[in-house]
Amino acid sequence: MRHTIAVIVENKSGVLTRIAGLFSRRSFNIDSLSVGATDNPDYSRMTITVEGDKDVLEQVIKQLSKLINVIRVSELVPSESVERELAVIKVTADKDTRGEIMQIANIFRAKVIDVSARSMIIEVTGDEEKINAIVQLLRQFGIKEMARTGKVSMVRGTRVIKA
Amino acid sequence: MSNKMTGAQAVLECLKREGVDVVFGLPGGVLLPLYDAIYQSDIRHILVRHEQGAAHMADGYARATGNVGVCIATSGPGATNLVTGIANAYMDSVPMVAITGQVNTWLIGKDAFQEADITGITLPITKHNYLLRSAKDISRVFREAFYIARTGRPGPVLIDLPRDVTVDEVEFTWPEVNLPGYHPSVKVHEMQIKKAARALMEAQRPVIYVGGGVKLAGAHKSLFDLATKINAPVTTTLMGIGCFPEDHPLSLGMLGMHGTKYANYAIQESDLILAVGARFDDRVTGKISSFAPHAKIVHIDVDPAEVGKNVRVDIPVVGDAKNALMALEKEVQPKPRSAWNEKIDGWKRDYPLTYIPDMNIIKPQFVIEKLCQLAPDAIITTEVGQNQMWAAQFFVHKDPQKFISSGGLGTMGYGFPAAIGAKIGRPECDVIDIAGDGSFLMNSQELATAVVNDIPVKVAILNNGCLGMVRQWQELFFEKRYSATILGRTSPDFVKLAEAYGAMGLRATKPSEVEPVIRAALATDRPVIMDFIVNPAEKVSPMVPAGATLSEILELEWCEEGHISHLEKVYADARKAIFGEEGY
Repeated sequence: MRHTIAVIVENKSGVLTRIAGLFSRRSFNIDSLSVGATDNPDYSRMTITVEGDKDVLEQVIKQLSKLINVIRVSELVPSESVERELAVIKVTADKDTRGEIMQIANIFRAKVIDVSARSMIIEVTGDEEKINAIVQLLRQFGIKEMARTGKVSMVRGTRVIKA
Repeated sequence: MSNKMTGAQAVLECLKREGVDVVFGLPGGVLLPLYDAIYQSDIRHILVRHEQGAAHMADGYARATGNVGVCIATSGPGATNLVTGIANAYMDSVPMVAITGQVNTWLIGKDAFQEADITGITLPITKHNYLLRSAKDISRVFREAFYIARTGRPGPVLIDLPRDVTVDEVEFTWPEVNLPGYHPSVKVHEMQIKKAARALMEAQRPVIYVGGGVKLAGAHKSLFDLATKINAPVTTTLMGIGCFPEDHPLSLGMLGMHGTKYANYAIQESDLILAVGARFDDRVTGKISSFAPHAKIVHIDVDPAEVGKNVRVDIPVVGDAKNALMALEKEVQPKPRSAWNEKIDGWKRDYPLTYIPDMNIIKPQFVIEKLCQLAPDAIITTEVGQNQMWAAQFFVHKDPQKFISSGGLGTMGYGFPAAIGAKIGRPECDVIDIAGDGSFLMNSQELATAVVNDIPVKVAILNNGCLGMVRQWQELFFEKRYSATILGRTSPDFVKLAEAYGAMGLRATKPSEVEPVIRAALATDRPVIMDFIVNPAEKVSPMVPAGATLSEILELEWCEEGHISHLEKVYADARKAIFGEEGY
C-alpha cells in the first residue's frame, strides 16, 4: 500500500539528511519526496509517499515525529485530499508532428514552454495517473528527456496542516 | 556589566549552569582554546587514554548518578573514537552530551587536517546533534542539548564545536529552551490507565515485564508498590536488573535468552503481560510470533514509537513510567496470592539457576556468588559475553543504579571505563567490573586513568582464556570448531599488567583463593585487577537457542569429559607459553 504524509519541518540545514537517513536506517521505502517553503519562512513542508502496510506507516509517522526538527506529521488520505505533480517533458517534434503534440497538450491542459526546430518542451501538472497518461501518449513521438517532481498534497476543505 | 567572553569560556559557563562537575576527555589541536578555558576553570576534567573510554565513563557516570554525562574529544580521529560509546549510550537510552572539536568553519568540507563529518557520522546514533557555526549560538545549543539528553526517552546529544567558534568573543546570554518539534510525553492518559488496571484485575496469570525505562524514570518504588499490592510476579530484562529486588518472592529474575526457566515459562503461560519501559528486544522475546501466545499485552513506554514496534499491543500507555505505575497502583485493588503464584513457586523450586560446584577448579559462577556475598552493595559493571550473563544471573541485584551493563549494543570493553565513571559519580560505593579476559583488553589502557586520578575501581576478570560466549556457540552449533576464539596464548599476565600501570594485581587459581583475593581487593584503596583463572569449558545456562520459543529453553549439558580435557589442554599449553613450565 502507498501512503502520503505531510511533514512540517524546521527550515534548517541538515533536516533533509535526517529524514532521508531515518528512512534508510529503518528500511522504510520512499516512493517520492518533495520539499518546499511554507507561508512561514521558518518551516518547510515535505510531502513523502511511502510504501508499506498500516504498521509500517505507523512506525514511519512515529519515528519521524521523534526527530527534533520535525514539527508535525500527518497522513493525507487520498480520498480526502488533492494531489499534484509537475512534469516537464522534452519531445521530439518537427513541422509534421508539432500540431498533433499541441493538440494532445491541450487535451491535458498542458503548456508548451519551449519550441525549437526539432523539439518541444511540454509542462503538465496533475495527479500521477494524468501525468502517466500524457507520457504514454507522447512516447510515440520520442521523449528526449523528462523531469518530474514528487507529489504535493493538501487536505480538501477547511482543515489545515501547519506548524 | 558586560558579559563578554570567548566561545570556549561560554562553553564552560554553560556546563557550570547545567550542573556539570566532571567531564571526561582528551585534548587535541582544535580543542586548544577549550582546554585552555578548562585549565582556568574549576570543572573536574578526567584525562582518558582513548576517547572511547571517555564516552563509556560519561555513560557509566550517567547511569550511576542519573545525571547527564559529558565527554570531550578532538576533531577527526578523536571524534570517531567516540562513536562506539555514543552508539552504546543511544541503544541504552543514556543521557549524555558529547562535545567534539571541529576544524575552523572556513575549512569545513575541504578535507582539512583531522576533519571528520561527525554530525553526519553520528546522525543515526544520537538523539540529536548540532554543528555550531557561530559563538552566539553556544548557550542556546548547549541548553537545548542538555534538555534533549535528559528528558523524555533520554539519549546522547553531540555538539560539534569548530575551533574559531571557541575563539570568537560573545556576549553571554542564557535563553529559555524553545523547541517547537520536541514535546516528550510525560502525562499518561487516564482512560488507558483505567483499561490497564481492569486488565490487571481480570488477569489470572499476570506477569510484569520490566525494562531499563523503569530505571530511567526512577520508577522502581512505584513498581514495587504495584507488584506487591496485586501479587504479580516481576521479571526484568538485562537493562531492568535491579528495578525489583531479586531476593523478593515475586521476583522471577531475568527473562529471555539466558534468563531463568521460570521467568520464560511464566511469560509463555501468562494471560496478561504488563510491559514497562521495555522494548520487546529479540534477545528477550525469542521467536516473536510465539512470544506469550495467550497474553494480552499492556505496554507502558515514554517513547510512542516503541509501542507496537515489535509486538501487537492491546492497551498502549504512552508516558512516564513513574507516573503510569503510580496511577495504576491507585487504580487497582489488592489481590491475594493465587494458584498462579503457587505454580511459579513450583517452577522456581524445580528449575533454579544453578551450576555444578567444583573443589579443584574455579567456577566463574562461584566467583560472582562470592563477590555478591562479600560486596552485596557494590555497583556492578560488566563487560559483554559470558561474564555479563553470569553477573546478571548469580549476583543478587536490588538497586536499579547498581547494575551497569551494555545491553543494546553489547559493547565489549564497556565495563571497565563505565566502572571508572560510576566510581567518580558515586565515590562512596565499591565499584566492581565483572570482566572477561577478552573484553577487558579492549579498554585496558584506562588503567592509567584509574591510577593517575586515584579512582579505586576493582576488576574481576573471569579468565577462561577464550572469547567464551562465541566459543560456547561454536561448541553447540558449529561442531566445536573454535575459530578464532581461543585467546590463552595471546593474553598478557594480568597481574603484571596491573603492576605495570601502578595498580594492584591479584590472582586466584584455586577455589580456596577466591575469597582472600576479593577481601584483599576490597580492603585496599587502590585500583585492583583480580585475575580468576576459571574453568574454560563452563557455559552460560540455561539458554534459548536463537530463533526458538522461550519455552524451548535448554539446560545446557555439561561437556563430556574428553572435551573438557581437550579445552583444558589447549588452555594449559597457552598458559605455559606465557608463564613457563612452573605455571604462575
